[in-house]
Amino acid sequence: MNPDMRVRLAGLELANPVIAAAGCAGTGRELARFYDIARLGALATKSVMLEPRAGRPAPRVAETPSGMLSAIGLQGPGIEVFLQRDLPWLRSRGCTTVASVAGSGADEYAALAARLTAEAGVSMLEVNLSCANPAGHGRDFADDPAEAARVVAAVRGSAEPELPVFAKLAADVPDPVALAGACVDAGADGLSMVNCLRGMAIDPATLRPVVAGGVGGVSGPAIRPIAVGCVYRVRAALPDVPIIGTGGVRTGADALEFLAAGASAVGAGTVNFADPSACVRILRELAELLEERGADRVTDVVGAAHRPLGTVQGR
Amino acid sequence: MSDSGPVQTRSSVLTVRRVDAYHAITVVAPQIAERFRSGQFLSVGVGGEHSGMLLRRPFAVHDVKPDYGGTVEFLFAVRGPGTAWLAERRSRDLIDVVGPLGRPFPLPRDPVNCVLVGGGSGAAPLFPLAHALRRRGCRVDFVLGAASADRVFSAISARRVAETATFTTDDGSFGVRGRVTDALDRVVADARSDVIYACGPMPMLGRVAAAAARMDIPAQVAVEEAMACGTGVCMSCVVPVVGEDGITRMARACVDGPVFRGERVRFDDVGTIPFDALGAPGWKARGEDAGGAAEREAG
Repeated sequence: MNPDMRVRLAGLELANPVIAAAGCAGTGRELARFYDIARLGALATKSVMLEPRAGRPAPRVAETPSGMLSAIGLQGPGIEVFLQRDLPWLRSRGCTTVASVAGSGADEYAALAARLTAEAGVSMLEVNLSCANPAGHGRDFADDPAEAARVVAAVRGSAEPELPVFAKLAADVPDPVALAGACVDAGADGLSMVNCLRGMAIDPATLRPVVAGGVGGVSGPAIRPIAVGCVYRVRAALPDVPIIGTGGVRTGADALEFLAAGASAVGAGTVNFADPSACVRILRELAELLEERGADRVTDVVGAAHRPLGTVQGR
Repeated sequence: MSDSGPVQTRSSVLTVRRVDAYHAITVVAPQIAERFRSGQFLSVGVGGEHSGMLLRRPFAVHDVKPDYGGTVEFLFAVRGPGTAWLAERRSRDLIDVVGPLGRPFPLPRDPVNCVLVGGGSGAAPLFPLAHALRRRGCRVDFVLGAASADRVFSAISARRVAETATFTTDDGSFGVRGRVTDALDRVVADARSDVIYACGPMPMLGRVAAAAARMDIPAQVAVEEAMACGTGVCMSCVVPVVGEDGITRMARACVDGPVFRGERVRFDDVGTIPFDALGAPGWKARGEDAGGAAEREAG
């Protein structure tokens, strides 16, 4: 029997737990050339900003061991183009859409939330907190739980109450659990974790950073244990808060790992660059693994790693 | 999903061979072969399913044949562990291939005279283009440049398909000593060329585009930029390109290109965000406040 793959995230029901993660699924059109994106649990858009943004100069990416380093700089056309061109298209494809938002201050995030909450076809807001805080001396909003909370509260305050707001957390902070708690206290309905980790690659010939931005974000399987660990720790501290687990998911088994750590849904990011059909493959592999285990529902395995030894049905 | 779009296939390697200083792999990929138009490229996964090398490698298509339902050939030089892994592939190995990707070279409606300019292995996509142009009755002339004689690419095929083939090498070990642009003016004059097609390294493309502008003939250039996905999602392969509306945007080489009109690419600004590009820092303020713009220009 096919397991029931439906999951609920703060009142939002998804057909399955696989989400194409923000920044790794373009506008949806690019991946739709390879499969029907309505088959995704959801698609998270590249972070939408108020204004067009050119991003960082090239080179923007470098391959790193089992991962990549990227410094794209949030290139995007801005919310007007998103609302006129991208969102209607996603809606026409029947794609459940998570709108990721990014800004340079709480007021910008709030303005974005106010625009997006009024639009049909936005099922969730995801607050990208890994953006430079202009007042933070090179730090991101996520680096300071109080600053992150201010942004989350601004978004929550501008969005319709029934629209779920998830905070996208960073892992390379002193206390991810404190950051998660601050965001939940500020009104986040759930957490999406983790974003890429800051890192650098230096060319041994030139002794200069490989990507033009210098510091970039490390993503891919290399960060998966860190991400799984963050999900586990936050789930243990905040067992009632739904989590989208993201970070280096490449296979159905990886997705299962996040679910067991306590995520209710799983974001697949960088793997979309390596394998444009990755999300539907991961979904198929996950369903097969659940079926092998005899699980009736995907929700049966959520948080399994937290249960006492002997209470989880092994294979 | 659409018939003309790219497909992802597990393709069987037919042959791996050496072409001059390069390796050439031919894979059986009928769906890619039937969709392919010259200028488009492939992206190939390296290292196998559990590889720590995550990013696909983009390669121009060098040849398409109808054998075995359709084959495509791509060329590469071994530059690192990914291409070394590819060079070790053998017949019947399966590799993960996505293609055809990108916008192809536009072909002229009339049988005009075309000069095809290539640098090193970047010349690869010019060969299927030459055949496509010949089928339309176009005259084809080649100008191929390289660092040295062993890097001059497919000299024999070039001579076979083209009316004339001119070679340049940096060290003078083959053909004319110098750059392709040192030979281009004469070839254009002799062949009465109507259009230039070029691919190769960015600095070479910039010089070819400038020469085309000087000679007042159109140039279509296929750019090379580092890519992570090849499908348009990662936004890494951006190049400053001037749109129809006169506004510069950071265009993705993989889906908005790799073929652009030569005069549209801001070659001098490659590797930067031009101050007047859409969404560059301060862009909005400039649109609303001309005084601010002047200040930034002066700065």
